[in-house]
Amino acid sequence: MSHLRIATGAPGTAGPGLGSARQSNRRRRKLEAGMAKGLMLTCTGIITGSLLLILWSIVSKGLPSLSWEMITSIPGGGFYIGKGGGILNAIIGSIYISLGSVALALLVSVPVVLYINAYAQSHSVLVNFTRLVFDVLFGIPSIVYGAFGFTLMVALGLRASLWAGILTVALMVIPILTRAMDEVFKLAPPELSDATYSLGATRWETAKVLLRQSVSGIVTAILLSFGRAIGDAATVLFTAGYTDSIPTSLGQPAATLPLAIFFQLGSPIAEVRNRAYAAAVILTVIVLIISLAGKYFGKRLSRYKV
Amino acid sequence: MSQQSSTIGSEVTWSAEGAAVNTADANAAGSAGAYPGASEPPHLSVRNLHVHVGGNHILKNINIDIPNKGITSFIGPSGCGKTTLLKTLNRLLDRQKGVVVKGAVLVDGVNIYDKEVEVTDMRKKMGLLSQRPFPLPMSIFDNIAYGPRIHGIKKKKQLEEIVEYYLRATHLWEEVKDRLNQSAAALSIGQQQRLCLARGLAVEPEIILGDEPTSALDPVSTQRIEELFLQLKDKYTLILVTHILRQARRLSDTIVFLYMGEIIEYGPAEDVLLHPREKLTQEYVKGFIS
Ligand SMILES: Nc1ncnc2c1ncn2[C@@H]1O[C@H](COP(=O)(O)OP(=O)(O)OP(=O)(O)O)[C@@H](O)[C@H]1O
Ligand SMILES: [Mg+2]
Repeated sequence: MSHLRIATGAPGTAGPGLGSARQSNRRRRKLEAGMAKGLMLTCTGIITGSLLLILWSIVSKGLPSLSWEMITSIPGGGFYIGKGGGILNAIIGSIYISLGSVALALLVSVPVVLYINAYAQSHSVLVNFTRLVFDVLFGIPSIVYGAFGFTLMVALGLRASLWAGILTVALMVIPILTRAMDEVFKLAPPELSDATYSLGATRWETAKVLLRQSVSGIVTAILLSFGRAIGDAATVLFTAGYTDSIPTSLGQPAATLPLAIFFQLGSPIAEVRNRAYAAAVILTVIVLIISLAGKYFGKRLSRYKV
Repeated sequence: MSQQSSTIGSEVTWSAEGAAVNTADANAAGSAGAYPGASEPPHLSVRNLHVHVGGNHILKNINIDIPNKGITSFIGPSGCGKTTLLKTLNRLLDRQKGVVVKGAVLVDGVNIYDKEVEVTDMRKKMGLLSQRPFPLPMSIFDNIAYGPRIHGIKKKKQLEEIVEYYLRATHLWEEVKDRLNQSAAALSIGQQQRLCLARGLAVEPEIILGDEPTSALDPVSTQRIEELFLQLKDKYTLILVTHILRQARRLSDTIVFLYMGEIIEYGPAEDVLLHPREKLTQEYVKGFIS
């Protein structure tokens, strides 16, 4: 048993040699704090500024061309040269593909995340390996998923279609969704599962409690994925194709908003270019609505969170 | 080492991979009367328990017999293995990776580390109170009803009765009866701990494990929980971990003193706290080691 005896002098004079170093040290710390603050403000300013600039350029060009006709009709006389009509084909196609792919991705991601967080022993080899796989998949650029989907289609002798698009986008979204949900589950306090296990709960019952605890984070993860799914051009380029009409079955090709921007922006005809700007505005508005709705529902769903 | 039971009834090896090797008949180790101050068979016994976590030998040859009913407290300096020991008692510890538990824990004579033992049934027999209260992410009502529900009670009327009964038992009913549907997370910390106790009692356990259950509470809430424990000890076997010697003295019937993963002394509270035999216990009780 060692006893550490603390000298009982006046406060501030107890330890050796602190007094003399204090003055210059205080100045250095103040300078450091000032510089850190300056850096943070500059960066925040740059980010907010560029965001506003992007929004401004989209809105200022897109808003004038946004009309009722634009969002309720398909392009008249071809998407590249036709002057009349709107981009309903791309709006519908994008919604089909992003909803379908996120739903499909959820079917895969939720079980994976529940498995690695509630079933498997934490930090087991399998869990670490699974996380590594999803980290790698997360980093693969979307064009690679597009090319993969396309190769598969060619091998199977299929042509561009709504479901090929949905599948390929789902492949891209699964790692995003899984990783985002995994982060949320990892935040759940370990005492929570201690509590349910102590009540005699099974792993599945414990997993359900974890799901409730994480529901607001899951909603956020879904929205993040939805945003990526609706905004990605490279995955749908070869797989969903592009068309002027609205698909009526999963076997038909489908237009999408990002490709509507991509194809129509290069047109020499001003009216066609306006359709591209309108598509950009609509894409932005959809993403905005989705994230606001998600915030609202996330809050409501997390009212029991501990 | 004084007072350790000499009965070595069984030897069971259990590793994190799930391989359990029973080297003797675990159920044979009833050893009545081998522990201090009791004449009936122990409610819970620990036999030759060794715990390794990540290669560190954390619990060394633990042997205890915990009497039926009453309060047994684990005391000892920080890091001596109290939490670890408590968590081996309802098999929460071996969920973690790198944990190897050797030896046996007998509840009513049945070794809970036996392969055949249904872990969920065994855990249901033991309520747990953690250091900080952790309500489930649901309403106050559902927190209490959770346990009964997963064990098969579906009728709303019956659940309502259960919820009221246990909220009354923990003196929480008057405070929360008008807001049963609100989130349990909104309760004060002291109320949350009583809620957790009620939640644990609602699955009708026989043993209640508490890991410093009052350490996050203010003095008034602490007192209420302590009063509850004293009321419960006639019906349940309580096993508590505490840092506070005065609390151990107020509450305990039996005291187990742990030091660096070993049991140094255990016996009736009076003996251990007032007339310790071992030098280490004497020093700890006088406040020299903490
Ligand atoms: N997961 C782990 N990995 C490695 N060592 C661990 C782990 N968990 C606990 N230990 C070690 O086991 C020993 C006992 O820890 P334990 O938490 O049981 O102590 P305690 O008596 O409850 O302490 P306290 O009073 O501070 O809560 C400590 O030395 C601790 O460092
Ligand atoms: Mg502890």
